[in-house]
Amino acid sequence: MTPFLVSDKWYDIRDLGNLSREILEAADRILPFGVVYVLAALIGFVASFLLFVLPSQLIVGVYGERRIIGRMQSRLGPNRVGPFGLLQPIADAIKLIQKEALTPTRADRAVMYIAPIVFVMPAVLLWAVIPFGENMVIADIPVSLMYFLAVSSLPVIATFMAGWSANNKYSLFGAMRIVSMAISYESPLVLALLGAVVMTGTISLSGMVAWADEFNIWMVFVQPLALVIYFICVSAELNRTPVDIAEAESEIVAGYLTEYSGMKWGLFYGMDIGYALAASGFAATVFLGGWTFFGLEQWVPGWLIFIAKTHLFYFLFIWTRGTLPRLRADQLMAFAWKFLLPLGVFNLLIVSTERMLWSEQDYAKGLIYVFALVNIVLSVALVYAWARFNGYRPEQTPTRPRLVKQAGGYIPVGERS
Amino acid sequence: MTPGIEHFLTVGALLFCLGLAISLSKRNAIGVLMGVELMLNAVNLTLITFSRFAVSPNPIAGHTFVVFILTVAAAEAAVALALAVAVYRNRETIDVDRLNLLRS
Amino acid sequence: MEGFGPSFAFWVLAALTLVAAGGVMVSRNLLHAVLFLILTFIGVAGFFVLLSADFIAMAQVIIYVGAIAVLVLFAVLLTPRSGRDNGETRWALPGILLAVCLAAIFLFVVHDTAWNTVDEAPAGLDARALGTALLTTWVVPFEIASVLLTAALVGAIMLTRSPEEEAEDALV
Repeated sequence: MTPFLVSDKWYDIRDLGNLSREILEAADRILPFGVVYVLAALIGFVASFLLFVLPSQLIVGVYGERRIIGRMQSRLGPNRVGPFGLLQPIADAIKLIQKEALTPTRADRAVMYIAPIVFVMPAVLLWAVIPFGENMVIADIPVSLMYFLAVSSLPVIATFMAGWSANNKYSLFGAMRIVSMAISYESPLVLALLGAVVMTGTISLSGMVAWADEFNIWMVFVQPLALVIYFICVSAELNRTPVDIAEAESEIVAGYLTEYSGMKWGLFYGMDIGYALAASGFAATVFLGGWTFFGLEQWVPGWLIFIAKTHLFYFLFIWTRGTLPRLRADQLMAFAWKFLLPLGVFNLLIVSTERMLWSEQDYAKGLIYVFALVNIVLSVALVYAWARFNGYRPEQTPTRPRLVKQAGGYIPVGERS
Repeated sequence: MTPGIEHFLTVGALLFCLGLAISLSKRNAIGVLMGVELMLNAVNLTLITFSRFAVSPNPIAGHTFVVFILTVAAAEAAVALALAVAVYRNRETIDVDRLNLLRS
Repeated sequence: MEGFGPSFAFWVLAALTLVAAGGVMVSRNLLHAVLFLILTFIGVAGFFVLLSADFIAMAQVIIYVGAIAVLVLFAVLLTPRSGRDNGETRWALPGILLAVCLAAIFLFVVHDTAWNTVDEAPAGLDARALGTALLTTWVVPFEIASVLLTAALVGAIMLTRSPEEEAEDALV
């Protein structure tokens, strides 16, 4: 089906890759060897900045997040600088650049200097394998899911370097916490993703998008439990607020960021948003069908659908951040090992069984919807049953009369002993 | 200069010997463990090199060996570091020179 | 392995890996040594990519950088009083001498052998072939490896338990 737009031509806006490829091939014919790589880097930089970094990172990431959280907490949020406070992120950045970047006297200067740089690099590298649209992926390697996991294990080292090098006990606490969190939450995360890998039979992100397109279903419907586990684990690894025990300001000042100031701190802060966006993009690719939307991608550019899905997922991060209270360190640790890990194993078992049944039916298209229905029911049942098994009870809102009755009833003033 | 099998094997050999020197000369038990990890890495590199360059009917076998070495390395690191922590708890040191209770 | 790209990548990676491994040797601070070690692991992963072993490269980064290096950092922080120093033992000199001799032998063997090699990367080095090999030809070692991992997990937990925790469990 080819609607009013013609594919594979440079003016097809659904695939910006064609346009840049045309430009680069034309440039390669004229320019000497090597210049075309510089040109490609420039095009990529400008395009990604205009399309993604500027709207996402600054407007949605900083401004939108603060406005939405302000609305959730009955505040206004930034509304002074520029129209509706839209220039607030830029004002913040200017303020951060002007500030002095302090280094404590007995800090490990080299490591403290390198840590923000090491923290920034993986956030950029992560985007290399995420498909923005058809043919719009920088490096379509066959092991892109593994690549994503591998690169996302690097920022832990950077945060550890930041925490340790400052020679401050609160920084060191933050570093210890983030290292233990990274170890604990990595295993349920990988188990959750393994479910998706088993179902699709590929570890390439483009392959997963193609699978969603072929069977007309998103992974989130087939494995809702995996998405929940992924979301919780990623929030924990990224230090998002409900689970940000590594920089919990009410306990350990600012964790590993205690001694950082100025633009070094700004890099950590900005890249936190970058990582959350990359994780959202990854989730949109694996669980929400990437740049496809049940045929709508024939009419709307796929990269717009992808960016919309990414921000939809990112809104979940903002939502949890705005509404949930922070957990304690030991609660988080117990949650990973006693709750998420067994659920991940159950999920993997169920998915493997279904995959086996499915392969015996020659991958019949209708069967996947049955699996989706079964899995949604099973997920709810599993979460509820495992919570009951572990002794969690749903909290009931106490009402005042009941409290008084429980305490022995109301005793009039004269009869009190 | 186009890198061939000798270049990769040279890097692997040098890495192995550096790891050996580290594990034989470091005083800290964790330093010794780091040397062992370097040696395992060098062996992995050599295996992958042979798997890529050697004339073989079954080149994937080298990769399989590397997967097993990775597994063993992970298990070894976990147990060795647990040992280091346990020894530190009892002796307040993990200096391999000073762990000499059996010396008469 | 023709062309400018692979050669350039090889020399850069070789310099990175060996310099970082030397950094593990010479750095006085144990935590700097761990950071150099991480750099070495990443360099070796780069070599794996160069040798068309994508899956192994990613597994290397995930396991070594994501797990083993983090464990080492953890262990360094849990052994505070002796953890910071990365000095040599009294037996350092014989050890280094042995390593140098071994390096000489290795280099002689590497450069004196007429290797029978192929230029093009052989087909069937992808992740799918690796998975098939692991679950057909090598399935018994694979299962044994998983048992080994479980045993190591249980053993590590038992080793690091404090006496107080054991006393608490004995009461139950």
